[in-house]
This record gives sequence, structure tokens and C-alpha cells, in this order.
Amino acid sequence: MELLSGGEMIARALEDEGVEFIFGYPGGAVLHIYDALFKTNKVPHVLVRHEQAATHAADGYARATGKPGVVLVTSGPGATNAITGIATAYMDSIPMVVLSGQVATHLIGEDAFQETDMVGISRPIVKHSFMVRHAEDIPEIIKKAFHIATTGRPGPVVIDIPKDCTRPDEKFEYHYPESVKLRSYAPAQRGHTGQIRKAAKMLLGAKRPIIYSGGGVILGEASDLLTQLARKLKYPVTNTLMGLGAYPATDPQFLGMLGMHGFYEANMAMHHSDVILAVGARFDDRVTNTVGKFCPGAKIIHIDIDPTSISKTVSSDIPIVGPVRSVLEDLLEIIDGLQEKTPELPDSGALGRWWQQIEEWRGKHGLWTGRRYGESDRIMPQQVIESLYRATNGDAYVTSDVGQHQMFAAQYYKFDQPRRWINSGGLGTMGFGLPAAMGVQLAFPDMNVACVTGEGSIQMNIQELSTCTQYKTPIKIINLRNNYLGMVKQWQDMHYEGRHAMSTYEDSLPDFVKLVESYGHVGIQVTRLDELDARMDEAFAMKDKLVFLDIFIDPMEHVYPMHIAPNGAMKDMWLSKNERT
Amino acid sequence: MMRRIISILVENEPGALSRVIGLFSQRGYNIETLNVAPTEDPSLSRLTLTTEGDDKTMEQITKQLNKLVDVVKLVDLTEGAHIERDLLLIKVRASGSQRDEIKRTTDIFRGQIVDVGPNTYTIQLTGTGEKLDSFVAAMGEADILEVVRSGIAGISRGEKVLKL
Ligand SMILES: Cc1cc2nc3c(=O)[nH]c(=O)nc-3n(C[C@H](O)[C@H](O)[C@H](O)COP(=O)(O)OP(=O)(O)OC[C@H]3O[C@@H](n4cnc5c(N)ncnc54)[C@H](O)[C@@H]3O)c2cc1C
Ligand SMILES: Cc1ncc(C[n+]2csc(CCOP(=O)(O)OP(=O)(O)O)c2C)c(N)n1
Ligand SMILES: [Mg+2]
Repeated sequence: MELLSGGEMIARALEDEGVEFIFGYPGGAVLHIYDALFKTNKVPHVLVRHEQAATHAADGYARATGKPGVVLVTSGPGATNAITGIATAYMDSIPMVVLSGQVATHLIGEDAFQETDMVGISRPIVKHSFMVRHAEDIPEIIKKAFHIATTGRPGPVVIDIPKDCTRPDEKFEYHYPESVKLRSYAPAQRGHTGQIRKAAKMLLGAKRPIIYSGGGVILGEASDLLTQLARKLKYPVTNTLMGLGAYPATDPQFLGMLGMHGFYEANMAMHHSDVILAVGARFDDRVTNTVGKFCPGAKIIHIDIDPTSISKTVSSDIPIVGPVRSVLEDLLEIIDGLQEKTPELPDSGALGRWWQQIEEWRGKHGLWTGRRYGESDRIMPQQVIESLYRATNGDAYVTSDVGQHQMFAAQYYKFDQPRRWINSGGLGTMGFGLPAAMGVQLAFPDMNVACVTGEGSIQMNIQELSTCTQYKTPIKIINLRNNYLGMVKQWQDMHYEGRHAMSTYEDSLPDFVKLVESYGHVGIQVTRLDELDARMDEAFAMKDKLVFLDIFIDPMEHVYPMHIAPNGAMKDMWLSKNERT
Repeated sequence: MMRRIISILVENEPGALSRVIGLFSQRGYNIETLNVAPTEDPSLSRLTLTTEGDDKTMEQITKQLNKLVDVVKLVDLTEGAHIERDLLLIKVRASGSQRDEIKRTTDIFRGQIVDVGPNTYTIQLTGTGEKLDSFVAAMGEADILEVVRSGIAGISRGEKVLKL
């Protein structure tokens, strides 16, 4: 057996785990680890410019590939800088392993230089965490961390590593376990057959059904099965912000996103449905509007791997705890069996009337039926996304930041495949877009990767333009420039009589074109609608260049539909500045 | 709203307790009493806590606790027949005629005087939380100097056990 130091064991374990990239930033407490990585030179390391970006890049990589993202940061400020990114991954259930350096064991608790209680600080935003106490435990802890991060409901796991546990002069026998067993951790492997049978019957008996699917379908790699089920039953499908791409957006059975900024037809269909099949979705408050008024006539079947997601906000009638893939497989099989015996189900007459009603809603206010946004002499943000969609044949990886631009991207880019839409939904982290795009582009060097952002958000991690230079990531940054913290401004317009408290930057924005050029990238300013398509094409034609499109849009535009809150139901929406349901 | 007694087996790992406690503060659940001690299995600690909440909240609390990787097993003792015990140590001013009075009340509650000073008694009493409350109330006349309680520990009646 090989003898390795703690630092070398970390390098080797990551290699044995099949890690493709480590995103990180060095410092005192992790220098032994960095030296071991340097000497073994097996797992490529991506040096970011801020630890927050390391976590978002690892996160973007994880969302796009389905594999866990890996982060390495030093103790103290390195660890605290990673916190926002860990919380972002936690809220969206993204698999990630974060290795943080810690001061040497004998210094812990002494307010030592760059000491911070990482396990304590990260506790509420991790799936689990470990503190290494003995160097020889490192391989097993790493194996456990990857196991926990990637199974069940995925999430970030922190491993805090005191510096003395990585000393180069103390060697241990290295053995990487094939598998680990944790007596207190056993995520569900199958759904309860009796419950699935009940669900199948309820689904087939529905007259106004709807499938409400979320991020869990993407995390659980079950888009194909969801699509199969929906097509077999001819039931309408709506996706959450996190579920976009789980069902092909260009399919006629797709009603668009639901929720606060969801499609009229999706929200109306939810509200008037009699059976909701919720799959890997967690009834978030951005979806339900007022819980007490949520879908009054609907029975709810809820499939989720995490029991805490079930009946947390909205109570479900048939809960099914299990992984989407196996539950949908079982459900499809049971439905097949039931349909053999009762071919008249589902009731095609009722379903026909339901679709007729849905088409009526679509025709009236459907976002993709006709033009639903206003005219202006400026470029409208929606047009930018439509142009992006056209230029990339609907086949790009699109990351985004947080704000109006994020909602426009979600509404107007029609995602036909899972893992293509990469955004921070649960935490809503401005600054996510660019570093996430780096992670995606590194994973898929030959694909189009666009980062849809705003001049507010991009400045939260703009230093990463330098990382993009170093690793030659030809991301296309689409800056929807409205010179406002637009989403904040929209709320101020709607709820604070247009008082724009701290939602604009006066004349202090940088010249983004010059800024990106100084990093060696290409910057293009776009102010006229008639040049939008050409500039967009020009950008994507530059295959090996990062291009920043600074697109001046109508700053007065709002995102619609928008739920009427507080006290509104799913069906209560603003459809434009002066039109409501 | 009902008071519940939840008994939990947790990994005897550093940090395990803070995960349980953190969960309560993080999610806005309240803890009324808390009691932790090692078990016969050195790898496990047993934690008993009492909390209050409607059915929906209780369902979330037990699910959230079960989700913690360090939680091995748990039971809501209030769902079945169970025994609960709290331990009270109370120090009261006891001089002159008070001494007899306090002794009598202690006997009625089947408590024991475990320490005697020239002007104080320290009394030990075990029982349900309610019983201890009544005793403290009964001591109301006397001058209470200090009160300490262990928090409730509990166990199911009959064959039912909380074990791996
Ligand atoms: C500005 C802004 C506006 C927003 N507006 C909207 C909006 O209009 N509409 C909207 O939908 N969202 C909106 N959001 C996002 C919202 O905050 C939530 O992040 C989102 O609704 C949650 O999506 P989800 O329900 O799909 O759950 P996710 O957070 O994706 O959770 C996934 C669920 O699936 C489960 N799961 C995971 N893996 C599996 C598996 N293998 N098998 C089974 N289950 C599994 C998990 O346990 C979890 O319950 C907005 C966010 C921002 C920042
Ligand atoms: C880190 C962080 N701080 C604050 C917010 C609150 N917030 C949400 S959207 C938004 C404005 C975003 O502005 P910009 O990036 O320009 O996008 P726009 O809405 O203008 O498209 C703010 C401040 C947030 N989501 N994240
Ligand atoms: Mg803006």
C-alpha cells in the first residue's frame, strides 16, 4: 500500500473520485494541499479571482453536467467568501464538495490568524459537513462527502481540514474506499407501490389535470420519463423556474413557466385544475402565491425524494417519497396496466374541453402567442432574448444573474433540454451568472454558453473576466442594460409610487466595452433594434472570444405577468402596467 | 397545539448537538426542554426535547430532524404510552417555622431534602414536568433561592424500544 501525506491523500482521492476540475483559491491553511496538487498534477485546478466565484463556477459545472462541483478555499476569509456560493447551491439542491482549510488543530479556538468556525458558519446551508480530526480519516471522509452530496436530494458538503492534517512529513497508508455506508443516511430508493397505484388511479380519473414539474426532474435525470408520461396521457405540463428544460418548451403540451412571473395559461390552468401531479417541485412561495388560496379545486399528488418537501407549505393528498426516475417508471407501468383494463380512461371528452379552455387562455394572453410586450423606440429586453434564441438555434447553455433580465430569459428562451438553463432560483444570487458560465464553458468547451445579465449583477463578480482570460472561456455575455437595478425599480414603481430609492447608479457605470477590452476580450455596444440581430450573430461567430454585448434596452419595461400579492391566488396577475385579471 | 416529547438517537460526533439545536432556531421551532446524555452504546447519544406545535409543524420537525445526517433514529414519545421524568433541585430559604412547613410539602410530593444549611434546604424531586411545576408553585410562600431542572427524559412503556 502507498504511503501518502494528508495533502497528497486529498489530491489522490479527488483523482480517484474522477473529479475533472477543482475551482479554488490558495492561502496559508491550504498550501500543503496546493503543493500536493502541483506535484501530482492530475486534477486541473481553476484559479478564480474571488472564492464566491469558485463556488458558483463549481455550481454551474454541476448544474450543466450533473456531476458534483469541487471547491478548494483557504481558512478564514477564503471560507467566508465561499458562503454565498454554498448557500446558492444549497437552496437549489446542487451537488458540491467544498474543501476549506482550517488553522492547525492545536490553534483551533484561540482566535488564531485566519481562524473562523467554518463548520459552524456553514451549518444551516450545507447538506452535511465534516471536520477532519485525524489525517488518516481523509480518504473515507472524502468518499462520504461525495456520497452525501450526490445521492438523495443533492446538496453541498463542506470538509474543513486543519493544516496539520495535511503536513507533507506525516505519511499514512492510502486506500480509497469503493463505497461507504452511513447508518443514519439512507435516501429512499423506490416509491411506495400502494401510493403510486393510488396516484395512477387519481391521474387517470382527472378531468382537468396538470403536471407541475420542477428542478427535481432535472436533478433526478428523469426528463425523458416525464415527457413520456405527459405525452401518453396528453396532459398539459408547466415547469418551475428550476424545472425549465425538463419538458421540451417547444412542445404544444407545454404551458410555459408558472408562478410569480409565470405564463397566464400556466397559472390559470393550475388554479382551475382538479388534479395536480407535482414532480420534483417544492411549492415555493414564488409559485403558489397565497397558500390558502392555492388551487382550491385540486387534489395533489406529490413526488419528491425529500419528505420535508412534501406538505411543507401546501398539503398533498397522495405523497410519494422516492426518486423521480424510479417513481415515474413505476407510475408508467401501473398506468399501462390500468389502461388495458379501462381503455376509456382518461376521459377524452373532459380532456378535450380542458384543452379547449387552455387554448382560449393561450390565445388571450399567452406569452408566446403574438407579441405581448409593448412598443418603444428602444430595444425591448424580450427582443434581446428572442434574438439570442435565434442566434443560438435554441441550443445554448444560458446562465443568468438575478433580476428582470433573468425573468425575461426564463420566459423567452425556449429550453428544450434539461441542464441548459442555469440560474440561482432559491437564493436569487446576483453575481452568479458569469462564474457559473465559466464552469459550464469549461465542461463544454465547444458549446455556446451565454450569460444573460444586468449591469447591476455583472458587477458583483466582474473580476472573473480575468479568470476568463486565463482559461480562454469564450462566453457570450448579454448585458441587458437598463441602468437600473431593474427588478427593484419595478417593485418600487408598483408598490412605492415610483420612488426609486437606491435603485440606480447615476453616471457611475464603467464603460463596459473598454473594461472588457482591458482584459483582452471583445466588447460591443448595441443601442438600435435594427442592429441587434447582426451584433448577436457577430458575437456568436467569434468562437474563441469572450464577447460582451452591452445592449441598451428600454429601462421602463416591467416583467409580466406578475402575481398580484399579497393575498392573491395563482390566477390573480398583472398582465401589463394597466391590465390585470 | 400540543406538547410533544421527541427522543432522538444521534451520532456521538462533535457538532451533532449543534445541528439539532440549530435546526430549531433556524426554522423558528421552539424548544422547551432539552436533555442530552451518552447511552450504553458509546457511538450514540440520546437527546430528548419537548416542543410545541400543531400537527403540520410537528410533521415538519420530525421530518427535518430525520433528514439530519447525524440523526440515527427518533421517536415522538407522546404518540404512545410513555414515562416522562424531569429532575428538580430547588434551594429555598428555610428558617424557623418555615422548616417544618417545607418539609411537610416535600413529603407530600415525595421529594427529598438532599442538603441542609442553617438557613436553607435543597430539595430534590423527580416526576413529570407538571408535578415539578406544582411543587415549585407550592413552594411559592417560601423564599426560592435557586431552581434547576434537568429537562424531560422519557421512554416508551411496554415492549417498544428506541434502538438501532
Ligand atoms: C427574481 C426571481 C423570481 C422568481 N420567480 C419565479 C417564478 O415566477 N416561478 C417559479 O417557478 N420560480 C420562480 N423563482 C424561483 C423560486 O424562488 C424557486 O427557486 C423555485 O420555484 C423552486 O423550484 P422547484 O419547485 O422546481 O424546486 P427546486 O428548488 O428545484 O427543488 C427541487 C425539489 O425536487 C426534489 N428532488 C431533488 N432530486 C430529486 C429526485 N431525484 N427525485 C425526486 N425529487 C427530487 C427536491 O427534494 C426538491 O423538493 C424566482 C426566483 C427569483 C430569484
Ligand atoms: C446579492 C444580491 N443582492 C441583492 C439582491 C436583490 N435584487 C434582486 S434583483 C436586483 C436588481 C438586479 O439588477 P440588474 O442586475 O441590473 O438586473 P435588472 O433587474 O436590471 O435586469 C436586486 C438588487 C439580490 N438578488 N442579490
Ligand atoms: Mg439593470
